[in-house]
Amino acid sequence: MNKTSLYDQHVRLGAQMVPFAGFLMPLQYTSITAEHQAVRQSVGLFDVSHMGEIFIKGPESHALVNQLVTNIVPLGRSEKAVYGLLCNEMGFVLDDLFVYPLAEDEYLLVVNASNVAKDEAWIRIQSHAYDVIIDNASDRYGQLALQGPDAEALMIDKFGSQYAQLRFMQYATADFEGAQVLISRSGYTGEDGYEIYADPNTVAKLWDYFIQERHVTPCGLGCRDTLRFEGALSLYGHEIDENTTPLEAGLKFAVKFEKEFIGKQALKTEFEAGPTRRLVGLEVIGRGIARADYEVYADHQKIGRVTTGYLLSGHQRPLALALLDTKYAQIGTNVDIMIRNIPVPAVVRDTIFMDKKYKR
Amino acid sequence: MAELRFSNTHEWVKVDGKEALVGISDYAQHSLGDVVFVDLPSVGDTFSAGDEFGAIESVKAASELNIPIGGKVIAVNDALLDHPETINKDPLNTWLIKIEVASPIDLSHLLTLEAYEKIAK
Repeated sequence: MNKTSLYDQHVRLGAQMVPFAGFLMPLQYTSITAEHQAVRQSVGLFDVSHMGEIFIKGPESHALVNQLVTNIVPLGRSEKAVYGLLCNEMGFVLDDLFVYPLAEDEYLLVVNASNVAKDEAWIRIQSHAYDVIIDNASDRYGQLALQGPDAEALMIDKFGSQYAQLRFMQYATADFEGAQVLISRSGYTGEDGYEIYADPNTVAKLWDYFIQERHVTPCGLGCRDTLRFEGALSLYGHEIDENTTPLEAGLKFAVKFEKEFIGKQALKTEFEAGPTRRLVGLEVIGRGIARADYEVYADHQKIGRVTTGYLLSGHQRPLALALLDTKYAQIGTNVDIMIRNIPVPAVVRDTIFMDKKYKR
Repeated sequence: MAELRFSNTHEWVKVDGKEALVGISDYAQHSLGDVVFVDLPSVGDTFSAGDEFGAIESVKAASELNIPIGGKVIAVNDALLDHPETINKDPLNTWLIKIEVASPIDLSHLLTLEAYEKIAK
């Protein structure tokens, strides 16, 4: 089992450590609800060093990245990161990722921890005809996510006021005690915040600074999931996987048919016909909490499944994200969720469970 | 004086004459985290020892509840429907259901608190 450079700090803070994607990671330090609230109301710090970092470098790196990723990646240094999908020829999702265009011949792909090996193998296979170097640097990079309304003030104190100028998805580099740090105004919580990439040693120093000197609430993977769910952000393995297309999952905004990419033909055909399934929100009306993989029924037949569900404080009823047959995806449709073999009534709603607080 | 006896699935039972209260252990509530929901049976439902009698849900997941000894449900702690967090605060004094115990009462498969604490840590 892998450990991040912050393993000892997590244990000392009393974290409940759990295996996740081959890493021992903190699930929670105190409680998921308390950590969730800290991010919504003030600020929280996550160790997300398990995430994968893959560099694609070389004269044909831009062409390869655009072939791999469904979204448009600009040529050369861009101040903005790009969210996109890695799809196979059938248009199914291999992973979702962020691309940081660092230079004309250098692109950083930040991928899910659970998919690093698969992504690297896929990228290597696709790279054969390209003059590129693939560098899986996941072991050499750690990542922190500082999330919440108070994140900006902390970043100004530590790195300088120029980092307050960044808008959502913009990034910049910083020199910190001799190390190169990449600072991105992004996150996975629906809040304003920053993601910070650096070598593991530097990540540990920054962690200690925010936790010990600034008393930021350490936050585990438990609340990372409740926060991203409340923001209706997809999680690989739940809302998206190798049996799901970006169009079904409501990620059309990251799929650009005006360019070429692997899976384009399949997705274009699907787009023209209309996806047969849609990711929707559900509000549970009966008693029970919808959980991942619970089956959803209507008209006495199975019409889909729950991908994620929670009962969160601040919400009167349990909420869920679910992939349903398009026929039943209209807002207001009555459905039943099978909870411990009992059909529990729920109604289809939008996926806007909260207003996102991004600085645009 | 009735003593708590624990199952290896982390429930406790407190027998008093022909009746018994059933709850979950401190280890169980701690492992679950913030309890947000309980799904309990109806009065009159009958269970054998080890049967699933309901579910308890924390923020992160649902866990089934197994009854330590057989019996018929004679009361359900309805206060938990609105305040499931009570289970986190005082698990050993928060009962979920009250049962009329099937006779003969057999506690031989259950653990004392001392023995239970050795397996649950």
